Amino acid sequence: MIDTLFPNVDWDNMWEATIETLYMTALSTLFTFIIGLALGILLFLTAPKQLWANKVVNWLTGAFVNIFRSIPFIILIILLIPFTLFLMGSIRGPNAALPALIIGSAPFYARMVLIALKEIDKGVIEAARSMGATTGTIIWKVLLPESKPALISGITVTAIALVGYTAMAGIIGAGGLGTLAFLDGFQRSREDVTLMATILILIIVFVIQYIGDLATTKADKR
Amino acid sequence: MIELKKVTKKFDTGKAVLTAVDQVDLSIADGEIFGIIGYSGAGKSTLIRLLNGLEKPTSGTVEINGQEITSIKGGELRKARQKVSMIFQHFNLLWSRTVKENIEFPLEIAGVGKAQRGKRVQELIELVGLTGRENAYPSELSGGQKQRVGIARALANDPEVLLCDEATSALDPETTDAILDLLVDINKRLGLTIVLITHEMHVIRKICHRVAVMEGGRVVELGDVLNIFQSPKEEITKRFVAQVTDSGDSQETIKNLRELYPTGELVKLVFVGDQTEQPILTKLIRSHSVEVNIVQGNISHTQRGAYGTLILQLKGSPNEIEEALAFLRIEDVQAEVMHND
Repeated sequence: MIDTLFPNVDWDNMWEATIETLYMTALSTLFTFIIGLALGILLFLTAPKQLWANKVVNWLTGAFVNIFRSIPFIILIILLIPFTLFLMGSIRGPNAALPALIIGSAPFYARMVLIALKEIDKGVIEAARSMGATTGTIIWKVLLPESKPALISGITVTAIALVGYTAMAGIIGAGGLGTLAFLDGFQRSREDVTLMATILILIIVFVIQYIGDLATTKADKR
Repeated sequence: MIELKKVTKKFDTGKAVLTAVDQVDLSIADGEIFGIIGYSGAGKSTLIRLLNGLEKPTSGTVEINGQEITSIKGGELRKARQKVSMIFQHFNLLWSRTVKENIEFPLEIAGVGKAQRGKRVQELIELVGLTGRENAYPSELSGGQKQRVGIARALANDPEVLLCDEATSALDPETTDAILDLLVDINKRLGLTIVLITHEMHVIRKICHRVAVMEGGRVVELGDVLNIFQSPKEEITKRFVAQVTDSGDSQETIKNLRELYPTGELVKLVFVGDQTEQPILTKLIRSHSVEVNIVQGNISHTQRGAYGTLILQLKGSPNEIEEALAFLRIEDVQAEVMHND
């Protein structure tokens, strides 16, 4: 039945491409989370009247975030080719897609982290200071736990955007479902391959959204 | 215990320089409950934050227990803050932590071991009367319960001073009284010095020993709560005192009372401290032939004794009334005939 609906689909290839997409999404989400969180916290703490208030650092971080957030992803990939080559030794395959994926989405996530941190009641930070907390303690025990639901829903949105980015990266040969849909489906006019790749991407997105929503609800004790 | 010398705090808002605290000298004794009252913008929030170094003064010094808070920073200041803890109007609990974990937080900061933390948290939960609510999240608590968690959290590291930043202003009157009782209890049991800021004279009357009245960044009046109630000097202080004791002083009220009680004399008695415990009225009625009618009364209880006024209608011959008044003066009650003019 499935073979009659999707006559041209090579299931081994399709499975391999799915694994590649999952691999790229998972790794880039992980690094985006770490780098985005660091950038977001830096943006928050160096803002005026905050614990590390510093105009220069705040401006530089803000500029970095805004520039990389604004470059369209497809152009960013091309701009980053020399950097990728230097870092990964190749511009083909799932690993080669990672630098562009991370640099493209970490600033996006950093903005969401900043918004999440700004939502925290200032009084709670003041209370922690009044107890003699260090800035490190405030970051780990106040800022992160108190903004957890927003941080989780933010990384969910970012991970879903990253699934889309991996497909775009597929155009330049990163592998995964994007490459398969483009080379095997579009260029050889096999619509069923494109359709199957789309279905799989949708399933991945739905699963990420479901897990993200569940985790956000569980983290929110307000 | 706490010494403020010529403390001034200015904020540069970019356009203008705002003087929030202006040349304040204060001396607060060990074990005292000291109140600072003022309207919003009077500088009391800034003043209380100078006591734990959350704000640094522009000039002047703040000394707590011999340690100059204004000159230390970094680890030393953080260590000092564990001994000068604070509770807040909006409680400022971490919503992501349970009651138990919220109280544990300052202990984690102080580096107390896990087993010992558990034990201490249990003691504190009992002290503030939250037994059974250990694992609740703040969102599941009432305002009064949240402030109890705030108090337990503030007491965790055995502080010497407790700062209360409008701690009862977000609570209803009944809960306010329960929290104030808890503060008095803590003050007596632990010998803790309490400094509180408020805009409610009720809070001052109920628990404070001494009070400072702030206006425009300055302390305009300072003294024993009972004395302040008895004879407020500044206009602003009179307004605060009137919040809790409408003593029937205004001409309008006198006129009103006169119309209601046209015969005899209206006499205002002012009681301060111990006299309120004496059966003065009983004595008056038994030993004198005047007719006594209670017209209006108001007795307030402060930490340093009671204060109140009582308006009586005395009926009898001028002689009898004069004798009654003389008797009251001998009993050391301020008695004054209210003239309608």
